[in-house]
Amino acid sequence: MNRLQNLFKNKTNNLLSIYFTAGYPELNSTVAIAEALEKSGADFLEIGFPYSDPVADGPTIQHSSEIALENGMTLHVLFEQLKDLRKTVSIPILLMGYVNPIVQYGVESFCKKAAEVGVDGVIVPDLPMYEYEALYSKYFIDNNLSNIFLVTPQTTEDRIRKIDELSNSFIYLLSSSSITGGSLDVSTGIEDYYKRIKAMQLKNPMIIGFGISNKTNFDKACEYANGAIVGSAFVKLLQDEDYLSKIPAFIKSIKS
Amino acid sequence: MKYGVNDLGYYGDFGGAYIPEMLYPNVEELRQQYLTIIEDPAFKAEFDDLMKNYVGRPSPLYHAKRYSEKYGANIFFKREDLNHTGSHKINNAIGQILLAKRLGKHRIIAETGAGQHGVATATVCALMGIECIVYMGEIDMQRQAPNVSRMKMLGAKVIPATSGSKTLKDATNEALRDWIANPVDTHYIIGSVVGPYPYPDMVARFQSIISSETKKQLLEKTGNELPQYVMACVGGGSNAMGMFYHFLDDENVKLVAVEAAGKGVDSGHSAATTFLGREGVLHGSRTILMQTDDGQVIEPYSISAGLDYPGIGPQHAYLYKINRAQYVSITDDEALQAGLLCSQLEGIIPAIETAHALAYLEKIQFKKDDNVVICISGRGDKDLDTYIKYFGF
Repeated sequence: MNRLQNLFKNKTNNLLSIYFTAGYPELNSTVAIAEALEKSGADFLEIGFPYSDPVADGPTIQHSSEIALENGMTLHVLFEQLKDLRKTVSIPILLMGYVNPIVQYGVESFCKKAAEVGVDGVIVPDLPMYEYEALYSKYFIDNNLSNIFLVTPQTTEDRIRKIDELSNSFIYLLSSSSITGGSLDVSTGIEDYYKRIKAMQLKNPMIIGFGISNKTNFDKACEYANGAIVGSAFVKLLQDEDYLSKIPAFIKSIKS
Repeated sequence: MKYGVNDLGYYGDFGGAYIPEMLYPNVEELRQQYLTIIEDPAFKAEFDDLMKNYVGRPSPLYHAKRYSEKYGANIFFKREDLNHTGSHKINNAIGQILLAKRLGKHRIIAETGAGQHGVATATVCALMGIECIVYMGEIDMQRQAPNVSRMKMLGAKVIPATSGSKTLKDATNEALRDWIANPVDTHYIIGSVVGPYPYPDMVARFQSIISSETKKQLLEKTGNELPQYVMACVGGGSNAMGMFYHFLDDENVKLVAVEAAGKGVDSGHSAATTFLGREGVLHGSRTILMQTDDGQVIEPYSISAGLDYPGIGPQHAYLYKINRAQYVSITDDEALQAGLLCSQLEGIIPAIETAHALAYLEKIQFKKDDNVVICISGRGDKDLDTYIKYFGF
């Protein structure tokens, strides 16, 4: 059992995950941000590794990726930065990024290295279910890494069941069909969608992401799921000069 | 078809549909329906009618006599430049707009680099009375201002892509982001044989009219529907795939695909993807692309805005890998000289994209009975400024 699975075993509501891009705002800010987030009360973390063509991301995360690449962030650099991570950070960590940098690194080597530095799961939005299952799942399983799948309001029930079957920690529920950094849709349609999925009684917990930026929509998301992920709103905070000192207040403002 | 796509959307190791879940329903709907729709007799009749009466097809297969004399072979030009809107791009735009109508879509999005595909898409949207949004890199909008005006005159909204390198690949990213946010009412008309399956196969089928006509025309003109050589330029590769399509299974026909070497393959300013690229994933398919060791996409360079794409269609990647087609490259200078030569020997000013294919004629030792077909993918009106600057007319 990895840290992620362990977390969900012990805590089933109001889980807060924070996304940030490795190498942003500074090349070496990655570990310090992770430490500050754990101290401030985040339940788990998603560390993004940057890609030049992030189609699922809105302007805020696109910008952070561009800066991170300019700063010299690569998967090799990131794994080097994370090699002592587990001495100071104990909450579950996911890596999030696009498939091409992983393919270039080598999927098997990537999984081994991720496990070695203490990563618990991976989110790769553009890695399709078929390719995951047929080509790569063995590397994830061998290294005790959870692969996280996304579900949108348009995902069919059959497909959600299949995703539930392939998942072993949580399912990432998108608040709407959108790129990152939008606003949370609280129309009736979206409530129906959350209720529909809740009624399916899936074996995996659910975490809502995309458009979660403050306490109001975090609380709303937690009514329907086990927790929520804040990404763009946190990445925006990192634009401030003294971003590390502002992290505790940010987490408190969402999860008080 | 031996070199066609398999049931999983792959050509050998290339292809597939590497897309985020948000795009899955749209792409899946297309995958399930595209063959049924395009093989439906009513669809075919409407497509054929527009091809004939609106686009002006069949495009002529012209026996270029002075070229033939110069190169010592029978050189034929497949005249896609004579199509309405001035290039082969209209073939695909017509096919996809008819498909979008049958899927009940009310809104069309497209990406464009040089603006040819954007103009073709804006044209068919005007024809069908459907809303049209074209994403175009901010830098390309400056470089190709006349085509921006054309699209606007046709009623399209042109949105600048301001992310990344602000060119074609970023326009494609923005179009994909739009499609994510509009999953129900919108169809994305991709302009080349790239993107997630079924796009590479679908676009190839619409463009294959180029080679089906060519076979008939060759039979009439030479008594044999098969030539020795078929040549075309390659950016993403849609005119080349259309030109190769019905010759793929005829193994004796040599297929030559000409990439843009820019300032030279080793100059650091090039778009010669098969020379400089490695296998990876770009815009939804596994293919060959120009990238750093870390898997970041490299912005390519060519004087031709239609060839400076960092990848190639997955079917091209496959034909390259198994050596069914030969992939070569031509520099900016060689292409511009070929454009001038074609203008002055045949009275045809070709697009600079096309001029790359023409330039490669210099590099082949033909036998005098060889029949050679070269796809004149587009006309050079849009490139006059570049030609004028280069030659100082």
